[in-house]
Amino acid sequence: MIKYLLVFAAILGMGWILWQLGVEFQTAQELNPLASEYVRGSTSDLNMPNAVTAVVVSYRGLDTLGEVTVLFLATAGIGFLLKRKKRSAGLEIDDADGAANVPVCDESALAGLEFDATGTTDPQNNLSNSLSSLSNSVVKNETLSSSAVKTRTEGSEILKTGSNLLVPMIVVLGIYIFTHGHLSPGGGFQGGVVIASGILMLIMAEVRFHLSHLLLHISESLSGLAYVAMGLAGLILLGVHHFLDPRYLLAGKFLALFSAGAVPVIYSLIGIKVGSELASVLASIQHEGEDL
Amino acid sequence: MFETITLIFLGLISVAAAIFAIYTKRVVSAVIASGVISLSASIMFLLAAAPDVAMTEATIGAGLTTVIFLYALKHIRASREGKDD
Repeated sequence: MIKYLLVFAAILGMGWILWQLGVEFQTAQELNPLASEYVRGSTSDLNMPNAVTAVVVSYRGLDTLGEVTVLFLATAGIGFLLKRKKRSAGLEIDDADGAANVPVCDESALAGLEFDATGTTDPQNNLSNSLSSLSNSVVKNETLSSSAVKTRTEGSEILKTGSNLLVPMIVVLGIYIFTHGHLSPGGGFQGGVVIASGILMLIMAEVRFHLSHLLLHISESLSGLAYVAMGLAGLILLGVHHFLDPRYLLAGKFLALFSAGAVPVIYSLIGIKVGSELASVLASIQHEGEDL
Repeated sequence: MFETITLIFLGLISVAAAIFAIYTKRVVSAVIASGVISLSASIMFLLAAAPDVAMTEATIGAGLTTVIFLYALKHIRASREGKDD
């Protein structure tokens, strides 16, 4: 009873807070001074039409650097946890003295035995049950004989054909999004996630597709390092207050691909970094415990 | 006017998907429903003239998060089946 009263009171309080927010809210009719300065500066100082990118990469560049660092830490944590689990699984198998295949073989043998027993005693009732266990053991045997992969089903024909058609387009779209971050909506994060989703499609469709973790780590580390180096270049070339200021490269022509100083380079680096990080997350989740 | 009607419609869809996600018995349906919430949220962001946020919401919320939830579900099921054997 007390619990329900407390829950009700919490809901009422939450509703009161939201009601206050909703009553007080009104859409701004004009930009506040800071926002209007950003909008003015993005076209006149930084020479790019997309004010959002101007804020994300240049005016609030330090926040973006922190965001990329958070993403890196999250990826490193996921990789660490999954790798540790993998190692402990390997140790268990070592303790059970034998090759990696032994426990699974025992299981399939047991399933076969069960099938025999039930088949002789009560054939009609347990037929479907025993059949499913038989098919399970057969599937296990097949996967064991073909490779050491645990449970990995082949992608369907539709998925394979579709991914062959779509993955190159998705990757090109991702590259387009992050190289045109200063001209059109989107940028490094969005483009990187689009590339990672293309790689996800490839992982799902192709059983033999194996993403090289070394390559991902190298591209991720190099792009992160280059991002920091681009920020430090502003610090060195333009002065003390210009960390992550992109104006040390030429401003170029308005609306051209190579314009707005270092912004396209920085956003491409962010795109490569985010894409390889998320792809490595997906690959480590997918391959977790598969190759011992 | 059309924009307002679409916004209200999308908001109703996301509320309905949220309630469905809580009360459904199947976890897969709940994951898909949360993806639907993200998708309608991304369309709402697009209507509110924030295409950058809409892209992020559509790719991360509707795409990657759903897939990662499904992978986690698959792994949980695999470990459960291993225990039952």
